[in-house]
Amino acid sequence: MSGPHKDEITGTDTTGHEWDGIRELDNPLPRWWLWVFYACILFSIGYWVVMPAWPGLAGHTRGLLGQSDRAEVAKALKDLERQRGKGAAVLRGASLQQIEADPQLQAYALQVGQSVFGDNCATCHGAGGAGARGYPNLRDDVWLWGGSLEDIHHTLTVGVRSGHADTRVSQMPAFGRDGMLDQAKIADLTEYVVAISGGKADRAAAARAAPLFAEQCASCHGATGQGDVKQGAPDLTDGEWLYGSDHAAISGQIHAGRGGVMPAWGQRFSPETLKALAVYIHANAGGQDK
Amino acid sequence: MKLWKHHGKFERHSLILVIGILVVVSIGGLVEIAPLFWLQSTVEKVEGVRPYTPLELAGRDIYIREGCYVCHSQMVRPLRDEVERYGPYSLAAESMYDHPFQWGSKRTGPDLARVGGKYSDAWHTDHLKDPRSVVPESVMPPYAFLAHKDLRTVDLKAKLKAMTALGVPYSQEDIDAALTDAQAQADPFSTDALDLRRRYGAKVVNRDFDGDPDRLTEMDALVAYLQMLGTGVDFQTYKAGDPANRR
Repeated sequence: MSGPHKDEITGTDTTGHEWDGIRELDNPLPRWWLWVFYACILFSIGYWVVMPAWPGLAGHTRGLLGQSDRAEVAKALKDLERQRGKGAAVLRGASLQQIEADPQLQAYALQVGQSVFGDNCATCHGAGGAGARGYPNLRDDVWLWGGSLEDIHHTLTVGVRSGHADTRVSQMPAFGRDGMLDQAKIADLTEYVVAISGGKADRAAAARAAPLFAEQCASCHGATGQGDVKQGAPDLTDGEWLYGSDHAAISGQIHAGRGGVMPAWGQRFSPETLKALAVYIHANAGGQDK
Repeated sequence: MKLWKHHGKFERHSLILVIGILVVVSIGGLVEIAPLFWLQSTVEKVEGVRPYTPLELAGRDIYIREGCYVCHSQMVRPLRDEVERYGPYSLAAESMYDHPFQWGSKRTGPDLARVGGKYSDAWHTDHLKDPRSVVPESVMPPYAFLAHKDLRTVDLKAKLKAMTALGVPYSQEDIDAALTDAQAQADPFSTDALDLRRRYGAKVVNRDFDGDPDRLTEMDALVAYLQMLGTGVDFQTYKAGDPANRR
């Protein structure tokens, strides 16, 4: 290494490296950059003191501020509860009917219900609650498990075939798959069901299946096929179909007996959220009064 | 500044430079990483976290194979808005049997850390086959082929065994029963389900996940995996605010 060498034109030192007569200038670091660098080092020392930083043998340094993400989110949630404040407290105390009767309270519940519905229920029932094949329409006045405020609230809480201990559950037998009825009988029964729902059906086949319906189906769906909300047995006469209204869909349902699953929301939501959701579904969809 | 003079030696001899780098880097590693292996407070013990059943583990491998993690995270961060939307924030212990973990770093789709039990099996199957049939605004690609593909079961035992090498406490009995456990979990009428629950806990439900009772498909495995995500810990009893759990 040669000694310090000054570049004649700029007057600064060079590094002493030389390639083919070209020398590298040794400019000092910009002052502002250097000071920011030193400031960062100083900041980090301060940070180690006030924030959790260094691991030790039995734990870690907690820092003078005692910062904790968990404590912070707990506080943020508490603040949120305070912001919601009175509304939430009143919801908790009021009955479903009281909420619906009081316009101010109802407006509040509808707001809460709408946001919760959009994030959790719309995934299956659609953004407007109009449902899809296999996912019930919540905007009409047809309810598998009852459309009163209490019924809706209960369905939300325990779900349908959900694994909740008190879940709502009904079982449509798989008449075809399990060999309980042969193809011909299922075909006749399909005609019968189409007939009572007001569709175009083969009258003779429907008449043949009448005793079969009374024997196999009436215990749940009722003698006239009007259904039974208590058992979750759909009304077969109202022209509303969860799995489709054509012959193939109906005979498929008699053959395989599908039943949808709705999760229980009682554990996921707070009591006041559940109430708000029930009021929202009841009001914005075709709820029933009794 | 005599010390700086020696710097020339490092710059001129690559072997010395390599050794010097290793020394510096390992000091950083020893101070920052090594304590995590013996610090009791690194991963708290949490009730309810269990290793994956063979079917869920196979589903997890499909999740990784299909790159679900590219668009879905599995990590509810301890922030107010996330807790409000997704549920209780994720605990370190909840991914203690994840090798590798699926926290992810991007949310084109929603977080999945608490998706278990939020929707029905039929919804998951419909949604994976054709996402837009249930969520019209979705940009997720369809995965209908999962319902047609039989689950590869010959390597189930090997999968469990590989996990034991990484510290997941599967017993030899668990490994031997991997195939029957996987079949039992996808069959609502299985007589082996009692053994499955004895091994993996009472919460494990055996049912037909994909709506095709005759076959064990990749759809069965993936839906079984999705349906258990975030369901292990009972947040009614877990006290996050407990001083022992504050970190």
